[in-house]
Amino acid sequence: MKLTKLAIAAGVTGVCVAGAAHAATLDDVKARGQLRCGINTGIPGFAFTDQQGNWQGFDVALCKAVGAAIFGEPKVEYVSLTGKTRFTALASGEVDMLSRNTTWTYSRDTDLKLDFAGVNYYDGQGFIVPKALGVTSAMELDGATVCIQTGTTTELNLADFFRANDMSYEPVPIETETEAKEKFLANACDVYTTDASGLAATRSSYPNPKDYVILPEIISKEPLGPAVRHGDNDWGDIVRWTLNALIVAEEKGVTAENVKDMASAPGDDPEVNRLLGTEGEYGSMMGLDKDWAVNAIAATGNYGEIFDAYLGPDTDIGLERGLNALYTDGGILYSPPFR
Amino acid sequence: MTVAASTETPAFRIEMLWRDERYRSGFIQAITMMILMLAVAWLVNNAVENLAALGKTFDFGFLWQPANYDINQRLIDYTSRSTNARAALVGILNTLLIAVMGCVTATVIGILAGVARLSKNWLVAKLMTLYVETFRNIPVLIWILLTAAIVNTALPAPATYRGLETGPVVVTNRGIYIPTPNFGDGSLVLLIIFALSVAAILMVRAWANRRQEATGEQTPMLWIGLGLLVVPSLIGYILLGAPITLTYPELKGFNFQGGIQLRDSLIALWVALSLYTGAFIAEIVRAGILSVSHGQSEAAYALGLRPNRAMNLVILPQALRVIVPPLISQFLNLTKNSSLAIAVGYMDATGTLGGITLNQTGREMECILLLMGFYLIVSLLISAVMNLYNERVRLVER
Repeated sequence: MKLTKLAIAAGVTGVCVAGAAHAATLDDVKARGQLRCGINTGIPGFAFTDQQGNWQGFDVALCKAVGAAIFGEPKVEYVSLTGKTRFTALASGEVDMLSRNTTWTYSRDTDLKLDFAGVNYYDGQGFIVPKALGVTSAMELDGATVCIQTGTTTELNLADFFRANDMSYEPVPIETETEAKEKFLANACDVYTTDASGLAATRSSYPNPKDYVILPEIISKEPLGPAVRHGDNDWGDIVRWTLNALIVAEEKGVTAENVKDMASAPGDDPEVNRLLGTEGEYGSMMGLDKDWAVNAIAATGNYGEIFDAYLGPDTDIGLERGLNALYTDGGILYSPPFR
Repeated sequence: MTVAASTETPAFRIEMLWRDERYRSGFIQAITMMILMLAVAWLVNNAVENLAALGKTFDFGFLWQPANYDINQRLIDYTSRSTNARAALVGILNTLLIAVMGCVTATVIGILAGVARLSKNWLVAKLMTLYVETFRNIPVLIWILLTAAIVNTALPAPATYRGLETGPVVVTNRGIYIPTPNFGDGSLVLLIIFALSVAAILMVRAWANRRQEATGEQTPMLWIGLGLLVVPSLIGYILLGAPITLTYPELKGFNFQGGIQLRDSLIALWVALSLYTGAFIAEIVRAGILSVSHGQSEAAYALGLRPNRAMNLVILPQALRVIVPPLISQFLNLTKNSSLAIAVGYMDATGTLGGITLNQTGREMECILLLMGFYLIVSLLISAVMNLYNERVRLVER
C-alpha cells in the first residue's frame, strides 16, 4: 500500500518540481529581471502580435503596466496559454500572473486556488452565426452544431443554456481560437460561441465580417480579470492596484502623455498626489518604488486609453464601452479609493 | 591441520565490501538502490510539500459531481447532469472505439501494403514504398490535422443538400451519415436464423477440412459459404414481412437527422491513425515475409502451389512468427496515439477526463493519474491478448 502511494507520488512529482510555491513572488520576479505574464494564444484586440512580432492588446497592456510598476519599464516575458493550460501554468509557477480573458468564478477562486485581482472587462457569452442561416435569436438554435473552446466557462454555460431551454445541440470542442475560426468559416459548425467581446474581436478577422451576425442573447455574466496564485497576498495586491491605478487614472484625467508632468510636482487633487507618489509613501506599502503608478500609466496609458487603442469604436473590433465605462459615465467600472 | 585452517573463511573486514569480489557486486547494487530510493523519497516529499503549499488536497470526490458539460459522441447515455465519472467512461469508450477501428484497418492496410511492396510489378512496389516512406516519416499529429482540414473544407456542408434528394448515405463536412436499422417484430427470429447460418458455415468448413485431409479433394467453400450466409436470411426476411427496415438520414433544421453519424472528427482520426500505423505494419509484414527462407517458396512452387496459395499456406504462416511481436507494439502505439484526438475535437478519454473534467475541476493530479492508469491497463490488456495469439502461432519445438 505504502509502496503504491510512493510510486504514484513519484510519478507525479515531475509535474510539481517546477511548481515550488514561493510565498514572495515579487522577490522572484525582481531576481529574474522580468515579469512572466500568461496571455492568450492570439485573439484580436486582446492579445495579438503586431507587424514587428511584439505582443499587443488589451490583456497584454495589463501585463505591461504591472511590469512597469515593478521595474520602471515594461520588462515582461509573454507566455501564450490555451484555455486548457492556463491554470496549470499559473499554479505551477510557470507564469507569475494571468491576463488572459479569464472569467472570475466561485470555484476557480476557491477550488482552483486562484486569486482574481479584479475585473478588467465585464463580458457575457454570446453566439455568432452566418447571416445566410437566417437565424435571429439564440432560441432558434435547436439542433445546431456549436463550436466551443474547450476548458472554458463557455462550455458549461452552453450546456446549461440548451438544457434550460430544452433544446438539443451538437458540441464541437476546439482547442484554440484559430481552429475555431477554421471550422466555423468552413461551415463545419453553424454557430460559434464565446464571450461577446471575443466574438466581436474574432469577427473582425473574418474575410467578410459583414456576412456574420452576433445574436442578441447574452447568456451569462463573464467578468474577465487578471488572476494570480492563491497564497501570496502581497503579489495579488500589486496586480490588483496596478489595475485600479489605470482605472482611477482615467477617472482623474491622468494620461500617458501628461502623467510625467503631473508627477513632477504635487497638484491640487490629493488622491492624484497619492497615486503618483508626490504625497506620502504609498509605493513602499507594496514594496515598489514611489513612482510605480506613474511608470505603469506611462507605459500603457490609463484604462480608457488602452480600451480605445485596442477595442474601442475606432478599431476594427469596434466595441462600445457599455458596462466597462467608468461609474461616472454610466458604466460599472469603479476603483476603490487610493487612501 | 594448517591446510584446513587456510580454507576457513577469513574474518569479515569492512574494506572487503569493495576489495573482495564476493561482496563487491552486491555492495554496489545496495548503494545504487539506496541512492535511487533517496531520490524517489525526495521527489515524493517535494510533491507532497508543494501540493500542501498550494492548498490542494488529494481527493477523488469530484468524480461523483455533475460534469456540467456535453459530449457529442456518446456510446452510452450521458447528459450534462451526469457525473464526471460517467463522462470519463464515455471518453474511455470513445478511445476504445477508435483504437479497435484503427487497429483493424491499420492491419488490413499494413498487410496489403507490405505484400504489395514485395510485388514484382514495379509501379505497385514503388507506390507502396512512397506510401510507407511519406506516412511513417511525418508526425501523426500533422496527418490528423491534415485529414481533419480536408474533411472540413473539401466536403460539402449539410446546408448545400437543402432541397436536394439524398440517398441512404450522405457525405458532409460534419461527418458521414448512414441509415439506422430499425428492428421490428420478428427481427429476433431473423437474427437467430442468421446466427444459425454462420454456425452451419463453420460446421461445413470443418467437414470440408476433414474431407480434404482424408481424400485430398477440395470443396468449393466460397460458394457454399455465401449461399448459406445469404439464402436462409433472405427467405426469412421475406417470409417475416421485412422486419428490419432502414431509416435514411434526412436534412432537418441545421443537420441531418435519423441516420447514424460517423463524425468528421472520428473519420479524420481513424483515417490518419490507420494510414500512419499501417505504414509501420507494412514494413513489419515485409520484414516477416523476407525472413522466410527462399527455399520455402521454391519448395511450395515445386509442389505445384500457385503463388497465392503458396503465400497463404506456406509463407504467411511462417512469417507470422516474426510479424506478431512487433505488431503488438504498433497496436499499443495506435492506442496511445489516439490521445491526440482532442486536436480534431474527438472526445476520447484524454478529452473528457484529462481535458474538460481536469480543467473545470482543477484536479490535475487525480485526473492525470486516472488517465495514466487507464492507458496502462488498456496497453497491458492488448499486450496480453496479443501474447496469447503469439503463443499459438509460435514454432512448436519438439
